[in-house]
Amino acid sequence: MNVRLFILLALPATAQAQGFAGLGGTAGEFALPEPDTVLSFPADHGAHPAYRIEWWYLTANLTDPDGTPYGLQWTLFRSALAPREGDGWESPQLWLGHAAVTTADTHLFTERLARGGIGQAGVTVTPFEAWIDDWRMAGERFEALNLAASGPDFAYDMRLEARGPLVLHGDEGYSVKSAEGQASYYYSQPFFDIAGTLTLPEGAVELTGSAWFDHEWSSQPLSERQTGWDWFSLSFEGGAKLMGFRLREGEDEGYTYASWIAPDGRLTPYVGSFAAEPLETTRLGAAELPVRWAVRLPEEGVEIEVEALNAAAWNALTPPYWEGPVVVTGSHQGQGYLEMTGYE
Amino acid sequence: MTGAVFHALLSHWRRAPLQLFTLIAGLALATGLWSGVQAINAEARASYDAAAATLGEGRFARIEAATGGEVTQAQYVALRRAGWLVSPVVQGRLGGVRLVGIDPLTAPGGIGPAAEEADISAFLGGAGQIFGRAEVLAALPETGAEPVLAPDVAPGTALTDISLALRLLKRDSIDALLVAPEQPIGRPELAEIAPDLVLRPPQPGSEVGRLTDSFHLNLTAFGLLCFAVGIFIVHGAVGLAFEQRRPVIRTLRALGVPLRRLVALMLLELLAFALVAGVIGVGLGWLLAARLLPDVAATLRGLYGADVAGGLALRPAWWLSGLGIAVLGTGLAAGAALWRIATMPLLAAGGRRAWAMAEARMARGQGAAALALLLLAAGLAVWGEGLVAGFALLGAGLIGAALALPLLLGAALGLAARLAHGPLMQWFWADTRQQLPGLSLALMALMLAMAANIGVSTMVGSFRATFAEFLDQRLAPELYVETADDAQARAVEALLAPRIRAVLPLASVEIEVEGIPTELNLARPDPTYPENWRLLRATERPWERLAAGEGVLVSEQLARRAGLSLGDPVRLGPETALPVLGIHGDYGNPLGQVIVTEALFAQLQPEIVPRRFGLRLDPAEVPEIRAALTGMGLPEGAITDQAAVKRFSMQVFERTFAVTAALNVLTLAVAGFAMLMSLLTLAALRLPQLAPVWALGLTRRRLAALEMGRAVLLAALTAVVALPVGLALAWVLLAVVNVAAFGWRLPMTAFPWDYARLGLFALLAAGLAALWPAIRLARTPPAALLGVFAHER
Amino acid sequence: MLLRLRDIHKSFAGAEGPVPVLRGVDLDLAAGESLALTGESGSGKSTLLHLVGGLDRPDRGRIEVAGTEVTALDDSGRAALRRGTVGVVFQQFNLIPSLTVGDNIAFQARIAGRHEPVRATALAERLGLAPHLAKYPEQLSGGQQQRCAIARTLAARPALVLADEPTGNLDEATAEEVLGAMLELVAETGAALLMVTHSQHHAARMGRRLHLHAGRIA
Repeated sequence: MNVRLFILLALPATAQAQGFAGLGGTAGEFALPEPDTVLSFPADHGAHPAYRIEWWYLTANLTDPDGTPYGLQWTLFRSALAPREGDGWESPQLWLGHAAVTTADTHLFTERLARGGIGQAGVTVTPFEAWIDDWRMAGERFEALNLAASGPDFAYDMRLEARGPLVLHGDEGYSVKSAEGQASYYYSQPFFDIAGTLTLPEGAVELTGSAWFDHEWSSQPLSERQTGWDWFSLSFEGGAKLMGFRLREGEDEGYTYASWIAPDGRLTPYVGSFAAEPLETTRLGAAELPVRWAVRLPEEGVEIEVEALNAAAWNALTPPYWEGPVVVTGSHQGQGYLEMTGYE
Repeated sequence: MTGAVFHALLSHWRRAPLQLFTLIAGLALATGLWSGVQAINAEARASYDAAAATLGEGRFARIEAATGGEVTQAQYVALRRAGWLVSPVVQGRLGGVRLVGIDPLTAPGGIGPAAEEADISAFLGGAGQIFGRAEVLAALPETGAEPVLAPDVAPGTALTDISLALRLLKRDSIDALLVAPEQPIGRPELAEIAPDLVLRPPQPGSEVGRLTDSFHLNLTAFGLLCFAVGIFIVHGAVGLAFEQRRPVIRTLRALGVPLRRLVALMLLELLAFALVAGVIGVGLGWLLAARLLPDVAATLRGLYGADVAGGLALRPAWWLSGLGIAVLGTGLAAGAALWRIATMPLLAAGGRRAWAMAEARMARGQGAAALALLLLAAGLAVWGEGLVAGFALLGAGLIGAALALPLLLGAALGLAARLAHGPLMQWFWADTRQQLPGLSLALMALMLAMAANIGVSTMVGSFRATFAEFLDQRLAPELYVETADDAQARAVEALLAPRIRAVLPLASVEIEVEGIPTELNLARPDPTYPENWRLLRATERPWERLAAGEGVLVSEQLARRAGLSLGDPVRLGPETALPVLGIHGDYGNPLGQVIVTEALFAQLQPEIVPRRFGLRLDPAEVPEIRAALTGMGLPEGAITDQAAVKRFSMQVFERTFAVTAALNVLTLAVAGFAMLMSLLTLAALRLPQLAPVWALGLTRRRLAALEMGRAVLLAALTAVVALPVGLALAWVLLAVVNVAAFGWRLPMTAFPWDYARLGLFALLAAGLAALWPAIRLARTPPAALLGVFAHER
Repeated sequence: MLLRLRDIHKSFAGAEGPVPVLRGVDLDLAAGESLALTGESGSGKSTLLHLVGGLDRPDRGRIEVAGTEVTALDDSGRAALRRGTVGVVFQQFNLIPSLTVGDNIAFQARIAGRHEPVRATALAERLGLAPHLAKYPEQLSGGQQQRCAIARTLAARPALVLADEPTGNLDEATAEEVLGAMLELVAETGAALLMVTHSQHHAARMGRRLHLHAGRIA
């Protein structure tokens, strides 16, 4: 019973056939997101065990004192076998952590697994702490957090300071994911400043930059026909930001959505306007992945090219996917993160 | 052409079915004995491996409570949150089944069943699942969980998620943590997070496996000897068959069959025989193993507490290796004969004289080879070190002795002929000597079989004698009591101390001595120890000095591994180093052992209160004391009767004996069979030699009696040679191989009566083997004997 | 010329150095011809026959059979020659004891790839072996065994039959009878016959005769 096998079967209760990592499975007795729900903070920073799947997702673009770019990922997934929290070892809540560090020529990644109920992993609201093993994102207030993770070949310890408000995607946080109406609750804190130490086997590096935090939960976020997604979080010079994704249906473009975030945090949602077209692909093992994209959001005058800093940013984890820093050129200059799933 | 030639070659066997039978039967028996023993070993090993895989023994370091207690959930989580990649394991008994709980989320790779269709949400969620073999699942009480058949789980073990295991075992803490081989960088020291826990590095080889290795090593050596005996038989049969077919081979070549084709076809023929015999042999081995395995399983369980499945699983690797060994054995046995055919000139050349010269050359070569091998063996015995040298010594010594046998017998018979009086006796000795070459292979097989028997029975007997004595030492107290906690322990001691002769507290803590994992045991000053324990080496008055805290006793394993001699200091703590007063035997224990007096133990390990006691009392008082103990709330199971333990232990040895005795009988039967076949073949060839003696006035009955006497005489001489060879074999197994493998030497005990009985059996086997040819001779019509003269050209 | 021998030399190793057996033999034999080779014991008759049959190799000289230079052939080439072109009838019959008479007769034709059951049956019939086909050689008399060997040789239709004292192991009456049958059948098949014999009487029944003396044709 290896870990790989575990997660393929465990993340959802069904196999890969239904969308990426089974996210297209049925919700069963789990709760479903409802429109017109008002998200409430800090409570909604915490876990929602009645929903089947949830993640706290942080990506960051940083540079060292020489200006060399780095990418950093810290993710905590929650996957529930049943819509409740249980006590001790019997808890049906499973937790999965992913962490990665990317430069132009290396990509290091690792993962952790744990069950809830015994204190090995979880999320608390006040003070805020999301953790699995020694990995943690924690602080007295959500606006000022410490972030740490470690693996066999890297460890990092970072400080996060929020420089803007939380932004709620879709309809005040109700984020539709398909034409059939599948949805999730989804908000972000895209205005984190980040600074801290990255430890590598060859020594420590001091890094500074900006980070983007996502928190999303649902029970059936994808429709059964959706096979994977391409997700962009981009920060432009001047302070504006763009979050856009397309949910592919086989070879088809599928459902697209974008949030345009003004420098003051004002969010404009766009359904169907966002377009992302692969310009160049690379082969990583069995997967053929687009690593250079043409991205457009005509309403905001966005006509840009997005290119991976390191084409080999493949997280061979459970489940495997591509996640790495990108560089933006064209109508807007900037940087960000790209995530691609369902290609293998 | 191929078809016709193959037909001509094969037609030989139709005319010589007995030869074919010898060939196939010899090969099948050799393969059967070898693969039977291998099957037993493989099955047992597979069981250990499954056990090791279930518990991660051997491959992963473990974290345990320093005092041998439990690990709490809080300690586990604290370690995880400090970055230690560890995974919890809990185990306990549930209705006679060992229930093991693991956490699949954190378990290092390869732990637990590799069930392809495992559904983790079913394993972790809902009512849960329990993995195990069929018999284990059947033995489990109703748990509400779904039973899942998994043949790769260790025998006697059921595997489940830790949550379910804790619930079923009514426990709330963990037994141990497995440490993943790859850890994140920059994590704190163990002592900073959990000072009560200790890290134990992975044991090289699983613990159970290492304990039982002694047994398997001996079985393997035995299987190898059996195979050698079989190969000697096949060598004889193939050699004879090829020799007889020489003229036909010449004819075939003269008629235009190319040599290369002929050799290829003969190889093909041999391969076919090898495969047929191999299949039969593997089948025989299977039957043998299936018959013996329950005994072996019981032996291992009793001896070492190692669970081995009593049933045999079909392993393709085992089948293939059985067939492979049959083919290899045929190649070994037939290689020389085939080479002779391949290099034989087309036209018969030389004639008798050249042949005789070649024969003499071969005898000299054989003598030289025997001498070289025996010298090599002697060299290895003196200078060799380690297991490989031990086995090389075994092989060189045995083959050397076998090769030397015909020369020794020839010399003995030559001497007898010179000392013989009367023409008949002179003829008898000379004729016996002349027969030697034809019988030498069978005699070598007999010698090896007897030597193997002597060696193995000496070894097993020594094993038993040593262990019986060891049990007497260790189980001297009449009753043993196990208490549940410190309070009960104190209560028991207070209750019994005034009522019986002696209360001997027992406790054991694992420590390290010179970097070697070692048990620290205590001994209360009491006559029981000096009266019952026999020390292998000791200083003056060791027990008195031990009681005075002036020194320690160490086990033989520890002494060997740490290079300790009498008087050498043993460091037991930062400020405690005491000299070795004596060295004791501690058989079958992979750990070293140090014994200190009770007071010193209390000083070194103040937190440990002994909870087990050996009670010395008048056997008549046993029921009374037992009642008193149960009266204060001790369960029946906590009180052990020493006699019962001893009885059980001895039963185990009887089973071991049953296994070796069965194998012994089989090898001897195989050797007897080889002798029969050789004598039958010789009988036909011997008519020309017997006819003149008959013509000179000896009755056929007398001749037959002489023939039988000759076979028995040769067997007796062979037995005389086999005895020292067998004893040497036993010595190598006990004093060289065992020490190299396990670090302790088994004192060797000789069993003259067993050897005498074995000699008798060998004579009986030879006599029986000679009986049929002798009867045939006695019934040979005079016309056939006369025919010898008629055909003489 | 079916058989051509030129300057054949052969010696064997002895206790005091090589002992020459053949010292420059020349011989020709045309297709269908029959030739008797006579000489005392040790004159090299059998050795010469072995050389022609490719059972042994000369030290010097050249042997051609049906245009093939035997002396240049390797072991398998010489085996092919014995299978297809040359048939040998031995003094000791050399039947295969584990095969029946019928199988023995068919054997050489089979390995030569020329087995014709009708021909084998006819030969057995002519040689009086028909009632014995299912028996084993050891159940036959010496004369019957040699007839079986002759049938075996002729069934394979060799161009050249070599016979090495074919009647040497038979009593006089049987020898006469077997020889007659062999000569008759060889003549019928049109094969050439080279027979070694020490009997002048038998030699007289052949088309030509040569005497070997001290390793040379006298």
